[in-house]
Amino acid sequence: MNVVCLGATKGMGRALARAMAERGDALFLLGRDDDDLKRSARDLEVRGAQGTVHTAYCDLGDSETFSAALVDAERALGTVDTVVVTAGQFAPQDDLEEDAPRLREMLAVNFTNTVLFCERARKTALKSGGTLCVFSSVAGERGRTPVVLYGASKAGLTRYLEGLDHRYRRAGLRVVTVKPGFVRTSMTDGLPAPPFAGEPDQVARIVLRAIDRGTPVVYAPGPWRHIMAIVRALPRSFMRRASF
Amino acid sequence: MSQRSTISGWGGHSVEGCEIRAENLSAAANGAALSRGLGRSYGDSSLPPDDCPIALNTTLADRILEFDQATGRLRAEAGLSLADMNRLLMPRGWFTPVSPGTQYVTLGGMVAADIHGKNQHLAGNFGHHVTKLRMQVADGRILECDSEQHADLFFGTIGGMGLTGHILEVECALERIPSPWIWQETQRIPNIDEFQVALEEAAPQWPYTVGWIDCVSRGSALGRGILMCGRWATADEAPKRVPPRRLRPRLTFDFPGWALGPWTVRAFNELYFRKQWRPTLRGIVHPESFFYPLDVLREWHRMYGTRGFTQYQCVLPHTDESGARKTGSARRVLDVLTTLGGASFLAVIKDFGQNGVGVLSFPRPGITLALDIPIRANTQALIDALNQVVIEEGGRIYLAKDSFTRRRDFERMDSRVHDFNALRDTWDPQRRFRSAQSVRLLGDLPRTNQADLGGHP
Repeated sequence: MNVVCLGATKGMGRALARAMAERGDALFLLGRDDDDLKRSARDLEVRGAQGTVHTAYCDLGDSETFSAALVDAERALGTVDTVVVTAGQFAPQDDLEEDAPRLREMLAVNFTNTVLFCERARKTALKSGGTLCVFSSVAGERGRTPVVLYGASKAGLTRYLEGLDHRYRRAGLRVVTVKPGFVRTSMTDGLPAPPFAGEPDQVARIVLRAIDRGTPVVYAPGPWRHIMAIVRALPRSFMRRASF
Repeated sequence: MSQRSTISGWGGHSVEGCEIRAENLSAAANGAALSRGLGRSYGDSSLPPDDCPIALNTTLADRILEFDQATGRLRAEAGLSLADMNRLLMPRGWFTPVSPGTQYVTLGGMVAADIHGKNQHLAGNFGHHVTKLRMQVADGRILECDSEQHADLFFGTIGGMGLTGHILEVECALERIPSPWIWQETQRIPNIDEFQVALEEAAPQWPYTVGWIDCVSRGSALGRGILMCGRWATADEAPKRVPPRRLRPRLTFDFPGWALGPWTVRAFNELYFRKQWRPTLRGIVHPESFFYPLDVLREWHRMYGTRGFTQYQCVLPHTDESGARKTGSARRVLDVLTTLGGASFLAVIKDFGQNGVGVLSFPRPGITLALDIPIRANTQALIDALNQVVIEEGGRIYLAKDSFTRRRDFERMDSRVHDFNALRDTWDPQRRFRSAQSVRLLGDLPRTNQADLGGHP
């Protein structure tokens, strides 16, 4: 499998890229920090990635960088089977409410630019079909008091990915929407971990299976599917008073 | 972003504090009193001091940066775990030149504690095989050091318990192995004195040797046990398959305090000794059962209940100052242990063949004993008494295990502490890097002026 990864240097993206490398997939890494990308590339090569792992500059904060990066990836890999987007931003609700530029950036990165990147990938690297795997979040399932703004950005992303899957699956584009629950990464470092908090490696195994099978929506770790089924069914009057 | 909570050593000793986890260590290091890996050191050496309760957790910085399949040279970020290294590189014919008794340790931790293993008599410590380190020192600079460049920092960091700076990257030489399986021979040994002899006799014949001793038995059977010797199986002897992954259940609760009372300890020791039903057994074994028997039960330390336990490990020289051969030193330690009732569930004996290269490395030629001691009301008195024997025998203790030794006792057994502190005066005069242990043992002052803590460049 030939895979383009945006966000493979950290967290769940790193774990997923490693799981792919260990089974011999060919990888191409996109990101902002060239030195950091190269370090991850060497790591993935030692772990078993096929051939040399190349990298290109791509900033999810700047949609002008998408085209060239995807062209580079296509040139290096030949054909692209899968594009994975794990990059995104998180900040606590209170911080986002106080800091308008940061809020604008978070909304742009998590929604607008992720959508623009996916559109670009759909039209170029995945024009003859393949898998687009994008990390959204369980935070987008309901409007919840501690994650109103972050949740909204992910809710929008989830709906876009759902529509994309409905519109293009018959044409050969498989869209896999990943909804991680709480996962212990540097992004969540310092937040109190709820029950069923997961590890990135665990998420990677689940997501890789979903990519292989073309599962349209996947919750990770597993129990979050059931937790979110309950949360989705809760009445608004309850959600208004709930602190989660 | 960080959350105040409890940080514990493996034995259960804990402090209030928080850990920062980040992929990029140097960017996150600001304000942390020391780095910490997987937290397998038993005592307080990986715990930050009370007045600066922040530790930099390295486990997310775990990338392999270079590996040469032809020579076995490895360079990786400090948080890479030995378990990951083994999983990836053992099937390709490479293994760590020195392995501790658990694979849930990080490269950085292996350097900081200058860990030793079953092949200490032959291969020395892990530090003997480290060729380069990348460090972030107290003034914020990031430096490469090795035996020529900043050699004092290099040798101070090996075995330096993280007190010389943040270890960011480690470069080391791995060992080529003919197969990933172990040929093991185990032998019943009747008492402690015979054990010392048996270990010495096995040393030239086997790359890996270690003994388990029953320290509940007394009198003539004191220190009876089982000697385990091993070597890598040749390609012909070994099964053709890669060693399968083993199930590792997790102990999810603390045992009640009475569970490890004198009777259960006695029964366990008796059964373990009887398990060896013939004087000698030999055959091919799984590398994990040979190197990491305790990893089978994750979080096994919870057997010791909420009070936890401490491990006491010392090394006693083979010879006295004049070079004359000494005998009975290990017996003296066990005598004190059994007299004061410190029933030890697990006790390990091993001969050391050489000194470490680090300023403060633990090993030296002699015999080492490692004893698990459940924490009870008299534990402090027991450790004090054991330390008296070690001082009289000219030995020393292992900092990665300790949480009870008193500073004056430590200084009497290890005069190198002055050299080590002199080195820290050069690299870290303000003592930005400290641990709960360094405040207890190395004379670091708990800093009262919090304003000092800011301004890390």
